[in-house]
Amino acid sequence: MSEKEIRTIKVDYLARVEGEGAMHVKIKDGKVDDVKLKIFEPPRFFEAFLQGRRFEEAPDITARICGICPVAYQMSACHAMENGAGVRVEGAIRELRRLLYCGEWIESHGLHVFMLHAPDFLGYDSAIEMAKDHRELVQMGLRLKKIGNDIGIVLGGREIHPVNVKVGGFYKAPRKRDFLKLVEDLKWGIEAAEKTIQWCAGLPFPDFDQEYEFVSLRHPDEYPMSEGRIVSNHGLDIDVSEYEEHFEEEHVPYTNALHSVLKERGSYFVGPMARFNLNFDKLSPRAQAAAKAAGLDGQCLNPFKSIIVRAVELLYAFEEALRVLENYERPEVPAIEVDPSGKTGFGATEAPRGILYHRYGVLGNGDIRDAKIVPPTSQNQKTIERDLYRFVPQYIDLPDDELQWHCEQAIRNYDPCISCATHFLKIHREEVS
Amino acid sequence: MKTVLIGIGNEFRGDDAVGRILVRRLAALELPGLEIRESSGECFSLMELWTDAERVILVDALQSGSAPGTIRRIDASTESIPADLVQQCSTHSLSLLEAVEMARALEKLPPEVLIYGIEGHRFEPGEELSPEVAQAVDEAFEQIQRECVIAHE
Repeated sequence: MSEKEIRTIKVDYLARVEGEGAMHVKIKDGKVDDVKLKIFEPPRFFEAFLQGRRFEEAPDITARICGICPVAYQMSACHAMENGAGVRVEGAIRELRRLLYCGEWIESHGLHVFMLHAPDFLGYDSAIEMAKDHRELVQMGLRLKKIGNDIGIVLGGREIHPVNVKVGGFYKAPRKRDFLKLVEDLKWGIEAAEKTIQWCAGLPFPDFDQEYEFVSLRHPDEYPMSEGRIVSNHGLDIDVSEYEEHFEEEHVPYTNALHSVLKERGSYFVGPMARFNLNFDKLSPRAQAAAKAAGLDGQCLNPFKSIIVRAVELLYAFEEALRVLENYERPEVPAIEVDPSGKTGFGATEAPRGILYHRYGVLGNGDIRDAKIVPPTSQNQKTIERDLYRFVPQYIDLPDDELQWHCEQAIRNYDPCISCATHFLKIHREEVS
Repeated sequence: MKTVLIGIGNEFRGDDAVGRILVRRLAALELPGLEIRESSGECFSLMELWTDAERVILVDALQSGSAPGTIRRIDASTESIPADLVQQCSTHSLSLLEAVEMARALEKLPPEVLIYGIEGHRFEPGEELSPEVAQAVDEAFEQIQRECVIAHE
């Protein structure tokens, strides 16, 4: 084989993703020979150092896994502990949790749509370059994102790693008047998010509709955030506690993040597109109409169009946050009693990037015996690589730099959070005497 | 003229705290016309801190490969920050330098922007400055104090 027939597209340090990762695509004789999404950020061992900590500490410890989706970690941890204890958080406390989650979606999607993903479509190397030509758009994005942060400040106590969340609810429930300023911001956000959907719909998209198994939560009454069954478009319909019967994690030599697969069918797809495709009927009428006007009539199979879906979820999150605020009555107590001692609890919630699964075994004294955490990015890794396998042949005639550009964009379609994905590499220790 | 002085860094990561330590010392002087703020350095919240300033002075630790304790004064009012100082950081949290350039692109940069960078040595968990950086604090304190006084006059 002569060297001319081997072409390598390599990015040693992916930009505009959270954390440290690389991409390697090898093309041999005009065919894709190998694709690797390498996550070289070191593992962080969160599951190991949760062992022996109090069950009440799980939300705050796991929140530190990610600076972009700490609420998701707090919610999955709380739900897992409450599941173990056999209690449910209802009423105003549940509504406040939903509000906090809306804030996180707004912050995370706002960042990704405007700062990380949009430059790909418009041909800019960074959001800063883009801002020079699209000042109003970037300013709108920054204001949208900031409203998400502000929800975190009012309800969570601060914008990153909120301090107000506890197992069973909150340490302190805000008064209705604490939210007054947010109401006007949210109304503005609804209009701005609608404009964002229209703007996203006008971007240039490569033709790349694919068959996927989409997996998300589904709830009978609402677009899923914190509760529901785990479902897929291939017939999966399970309780959260059955997750590990259907999904497993695999070690892959070139990456520090485990690959998660469906035992029966392999790769699958979590995140905004999965939620959208499996729960379109649960979106608000306004979000549904805006999606349809943007060309997404209840279905999106092109991951490059995930930017439109994120914008639709932005609109929904603003509407939902406003709904919670307008109906809010301060609960009499900010949290309920929860004691999962001696039990095992399961929790799965919809982080901005998809399902975040937690399982905790709790000892009789309330200490954590063992923990398992599966973040969304590890679940999407295989699908990201599969996309590259299929995408590269379609665009194989492009020059290297353009092909590389599109490949990076294909990875950013998933808004991968590498910091989240690397904390759960297991060490197998062999004792030799 | 309203001057905002912002100390940036993580006070629990060794020399990374130097920006915060410096502005706290300057706060004790209660200089007229000077507002003191602190920040973790996250791009977007940092941009919020200087929106109402006519002059902003940013103090942060540097990792540029110079000798520990080296003080750099960068006037970013009209020119971009030197390329050797722009580092690839985590992209979900953009850095101080990106905050300045983003604000410039959006025409939201105060008319005067000064950056004081103190080259750090150790960024591991801990609350102690390394000796070279601790030594540089006194000199940087004098320099920044002069800037603040000049600004007010």
